[in-house]
Amino acid sequence: MLTYFANLSPQHRRSWGLVVAYVALLLAVSYVDFGYNTAGQTAFRGILLGMLVFMVASGLSLIFGLLDVLNFAQGAFLLIGAYVGYDVYTSLDAGTTVRFLAAIVSGVVFVGVLGAIMETGLIRPLYDRPVFQIVLTFGLAAVLLDLVERYYGPDPKQPLDPPGFLDNNFTLFDQSLSYYRLFIIFLGLTMMVGVFLLLNRTRIGIIIRAGVQDSEMVQALGINVRLIFTLVFVLGAALAALGGIALVPYQGATLEMGNQFLILAIVVIVIGGMGSYEGTAIASIVVGLTRAVAEQLSLEHFDAPVLAETSILLLMIVVLLVQPSGLFGREE
Amino acid sequence: MTDYILEVQNIHTFIGEFHILEGVTVQVPPGSITVLLGRNGAGKTTTLRSIIGLTPPRSGQIIFKGEVIQGRRAYHIARMGIGYVPENRIIFRDLTVAQNLQIAERQKGDLDRKADFIFTLFPDLKRLYTLPGGNLSGGQQQMLAVARALVPDNDLLLIDEPSEGLAPVIIEQMMEAIRQLSSHTTVLLVEQNFQVASRLAERYVIIEEGLSVHAGLIADLVQDRDLIKTYLGVA
Ligand SMILES: Nc1ncnc2c1ncn2[C@@H]1O[C@H](COP(=O)(O)OP(=O)(O)OP(=O)(O)O)[C@@H](O)[C@H]1O
Ligand SMILES: [Mg+2]
Repeated sequence: MLTYFANLSPQHRRSWGLVVAYVALLLAVSYVDFGYNTAGQTAFRGILLGMLVFMVASGLSLIFGLLDVLNFAQGAFLLIGAYVGYDVYTSLDAGTTVRFLAAIVSGVVFVGVLGAIMETGLIRPLYDRPVFQIVLTFGLAAVLLDLVERYYGPDPKQPLDPPGFLDNNFTLFDQSLSYYRLFIIFLGLTMMVGVFLLLNRTRIGIIIRAGVQDSEMVQALGINVRLIFTLVFVLGAALAALGGIALVPYQGATLEMGNQFLILAIVVIVIGGMGSYEGTAIASIVVGLTRAVAEQLSLEHFDAPVLAETSILLLMIVVLLVQPSGLFGREE
Repeated sequence: MTDYILEVQNIHTFIGEFHILEGVTVQVPPGSITVLLGRNGAGKTTTLRSIIGLTPPRSGQIIFKGEVIQGRRAYHIARMGIGYVPENRIIFRDLTVAQNLQIAERQKGDLDRKADFIFTLFPDLKRLYTLPGGNLSGGQQQMLAVARALVPDNDLLLIDEPSEGLAPVIIEQMMEAIRQLSSHTTVLLVEQNFQVASRLAERYVIIEEGLSVHAGLIADLVQDRDLIKTYLGVA
């Protein structure tokens, strides 16, 4: 960690400064405008949202960085994870904890296999035609959404009870919250650290990072980079599915959730810098906080969450003006 | 059987719709340094990339250690024992020097076995071991790019313009290193700097507009002012 900061480029050091200053500003504005408790609740909501966005954005960013494919189906992976998880969670005959774990495993495996089939069968033949790949993932996203609607129906699924071991409340900032929310944050943090360790401490991770810069050179060293492509695609799909399943006891499942999170995730990787893992992690939290604070601000002043969506787009525009390659991207 | 470790026979390579190589033939005897000469844009880099499989030729034949290799995937060709040091010293900027070398291992322990040899050739790298590749100077990056190709046991090294953009002192150091490593490994070199090329290599192949037009011993070429002037534009 210390060496990480010691070796930062001046540009990235400045980005860290900007992020810390911006988050401090957000918190200060919330505190002054909403008061201590509401500000705290808002920040908590923001972090929670950031973790969920990260689960979609990390895959999007890794896939884009390594494969040069902007995978529009990443939202559909979250969607399918959520619905399959919902299905398993409600249809099994067992205790909530067992059903919840079964939902996670089946949703992640199902979407992982789907991702593997997609990458090897459809995306791989098109590596020489990047534009076709984008159109393809776009089309696949639409098809998958249709299939989910056909199979599960158009009506939103209500949030389910959290698994038994998390079905208790605690009080934070004068608000009673389910432990399940802490669990989502814990899950997000675990993934952040887990993927970080994978990228920095394992041979496969080092190959992935090298491939993000120059996958051709990695090949020329004697490494079957296509295999790594598939692996990363599956990993990205699985992470998004996990995010979808995590949403089920919190917000339920709706047909719109895939695209909502896809848009947030695209904003995140643009702000964080395409292909930068640390950028994705940091930008996820920044975007989550921004959206939560903007939502609360507009609720307090206009009685409607009008600023919520625009705020993150504004944030993205500002970041791009200050730093066209994103906060932690590379200036080519 | 031939006496060559590598034989490139009349290859034609396309990049997209562009017909870049229109008949390149290169024969590399083992244990020597052969240099590809030619003007900017002649097709030297494309020849190396065709050999390693990054831009596979559409026709012609490439034989390495008696096996036909064209059409195989690049990683497969590399594993047969070819190391590639690309133009513009492409090292992995985000990885440390150590990781840049580790990633080139094809078998566990490759780096441990080669570390002494590598650090003898390039003592600087030992000191820089834990720094990100992107923090290295141009010359150090070039050393790292060559060192990376030395980690696994390779029978042939393809080295593309190792002296490009380097200071004279560093060029001398690099030439000395290439001379030393060539006593273990055959080298196919691309080098624009004729001074460097003629001092290092035994054999040459001249490529002109995607076609190999001349080949022979460097010792003969050095005598042939007209040939040098016609194809290389240096006197
Ligand atoms: N991606 C590409 N698309 C179209 N043409 C290309 C591409 N890459 C290379 N070329 C062309 O192929 C020809 C050969 O290029 P190559 O890089 O092999 O030359 P070179 O001999 O290595 O030149 P230099 O000495 O400048 O490195 C050049 O005319 C170049 O413009
Ligand atoms: Mg070249």
